[in-house]
Amino acid sequence: MNAVIDTSATVPARLEGEFKTLLAKTFSSEPEWLKEKRKAAFDSFCKASLPTRKNEEYKYTDVKKVFSGEFTSVYNEAHKLSLDFEKLFVEKNSVKLIFVNGWLHKDSTLSAKLPKGVIVGNLATDGLLIHSGFLKKYLRNDGDTLSRLNAALWTDGAFIYIPENVQLETPIEILHISTGKKEILASFRHLIVAGKNSSVSVIENNISVDLHSHVIVNFHTDIFSGEDSKIQFYRLQNDCKMVSQITSINVLQEKNSRFDTNTITLGRAWARNNLNIALNGENCESHLNGLFITNGNDHVDNHTFIRHNKPNCRSNQLYKGILDGRSTGIFNGKIFVERDAQKTNAYQSSKNILLSDAAAINTKPQLEIYADDVKCSHGSTTGQLNEEAMFYLRSRGLSEDSARNLLLFAFAGDVIEKIQNEPLKIYLEELISQRLRK
Amino acid sequence: MLSIKNLRAGIPGNEILKGINLEVKAGEVHAIMGPNGSGKSTLSSVLAGKENYQVTEGEIWFSPPSPRGEGSGMRRKNLLEMSPEERAREGVFLAFQYPVEIPGVSNINFLKTAINEIRLHRKQPPMETKDFLKLIKEKQALVELQGTLANRSVNEGFSGGEKKRNEIFQMAVLEPTLCILDETDSGLDIDALRIVANGVNKLRSKDRAFVVITHYQRLLDHIIPDFVHVLSNGKIIKSGGKELALELEAKGYDWIKEKDQT
Repeated sequence: MNAVIDTSATVPARLEGEFKTLLAKTFSSEPEWLKEKRKAAFDSFCKASLPTRKNEEYKYTDVKKVFSGEFTSVYNEAHKLSLDFEKLFVEKNSVKLIFVNGWLHKDSTLSAKLPKGVIVGNLATDGLLIHSGFLKKYLRNDGDTLSRLNAALWTDGAFIYIPENVQLETPIEILHISTGKKEILASFRHLIVAGKNSSVSVIENNISVDLHSHVIVNFHTDIFSGEDSKIQFYRLQNDCKMVSQITSINVLQEKNSRFDTNTITLGRAWARNNLNIALNGENCESHLNGLFITNGNDHVDNHTFIRHNKPNCRSNQLYKGILDGRSTGIFNGKIFVERDAQKTNAYQSSKNILLSDAAAINTKPQLEIYADDVKCSHGSTTGQLNEEAMFYLRSRGLSEDSARNLLLFAFAGDVIEKIQNEPLKIYLEELISQRLRK
Repeated sequence: MLSIKNLRAGIPGNEILKGINLEVKAGEVHAIMGPNGSGKSTLSSVLAGKENYQVTEGEIWFSPPSPRGEGSGMRRKNLLEMSPEERAREGVFLAFQYPVEIPGVSNINFLKTAINEIRLHRKQPPMETKDFLKLIKEKQALVELQGTLANRSVNEGFSGGEKKRNEIFQMAVLEPTLCILDETDSGLDIDALRIVANGVNKLRSKDRAFVVITHYQRLLDHIIPDFVHVLSNGKIIKSGGKELALELEAKGYDWIKEKDQT
């Protein structure tokens, strides 16, 4: 069912035939409202097409280059994976969902003993077959042009619903694997809805295994955080060789809710991560943290956008980068404070260490403030390893490598400290020290 | 143990040490005194291997006593060819004038890494955790360092006195053979000075040598030196016994500088 690919045509033109094929086959049994939604999203994507580097938001990230290969979005093959899954999950007792190239591979949701009313499953079956009405209410077509492309083409992803007053103690772990021989565009989507006074913690891990061709993962997540709810979403991008990841998370927070997210990108990566947070009720709290350790030709672009729409909300951002080789990093953080959002507290900090002359970091903080009684600040530092500290450690017998690793580990530690899940902290500390030893 | 011959060093365009000669034997304590800017700290940095300094002439030989009693001549090392970590592993220790604060790196973790890299260099197996903790506890008592300080980040938020005690504590843990104390008395009150000096005195032994660099004589009331050298304008201009320190204290550095010029 492969469509013929004409690489000279524009991406929308090339995808048009594929989209029709998908509608006729893969998406054929879907409800009409969803097919209409997909069509609307596709039309809207076609009108805007891919962002170019003339677009200020994509100044340093060349999406067109990512989409320039002979990829297809029409695929669904079974893959045999010989993997030590245990090593890829943080907790033994978590609820687990494994996706391969955007499709569900297997899950442990049936065996998990979940509180009444909690839904943890996948969008394509649990969502569409059982909770179609719910999806109709929550699936959205908004976001930037790549999110709209996802809204047209998404195949599967996690579907999580936590009802009112339920504190889900068991974390949910999502593993996404890119694999295979075919050059594909995988469109992957999560929907997370937390009801009033509920809480949930989600850990997502992205890896590539036995991958022989470039894969584009275009990833969209919608998160609805109800009144007084607490959501933690941890994203790990680890060892994603040959994968280009474009991710967007859109979060809507209602009053008194708290959202915590950490984006940890550990090398061999090309990633563009968008985080869009709307604080739509009073007394919301949002904590956005990120760490990236890059080398070679890695490229990591973190964009955050926090909209303070209501008074008395707090947002805090800490992004740290360690860049080696010829890698590039970008941190672009925008804080927007509406006229009504008095007593806003918004902080943002970006700190980076460049380990080589060829590595580069671009940071751009943006504050747009229309309220007059707010506390907002941003800071950005970029430097090399502290030479005095290096000499001090070496004068005690530590090798240059050990001294360097201790200092870098300490630098990264600030971000890891923010994680509230202890087993994940330990898991990441091990991964990071392995990564730094390379 | 340490033999410095006609050492000339400095930063590009500025020679700071202008021909230093010094012989230090195992078991001895040498004090190096001198006015500000005489090159005291440069000497300690060059001995520890700080890369910002350029050595333009001279030699530094280090001959730690052999653990098997094979005689020190067999292990003569050219210090100038060694990296800072190699010097440390061979037994050179510099107590810094300004210990560096390293947020996020715990004292304990750092010391454990240091000990095990030194042991690896000496072809010894890593130290068992329980032995390590015992060692830490024992050495902390030596400089009256509180247990909680050892668990904190290296020197972060330490008072001046705590930083200096932490230096002597690390020295006690790593058991070097050549200890260089760079202005260890600066910024210490009388009580802290006494504690630090006691710690140092307990570490004195026939196999270990000390080079104590100081501006003031007061540290030498507590750590009694065998020899006192006066460093001025990059040269040792006078050497003598411990009484030289008292004379300097009474008459000031100018006395000796004038004498030198005549």
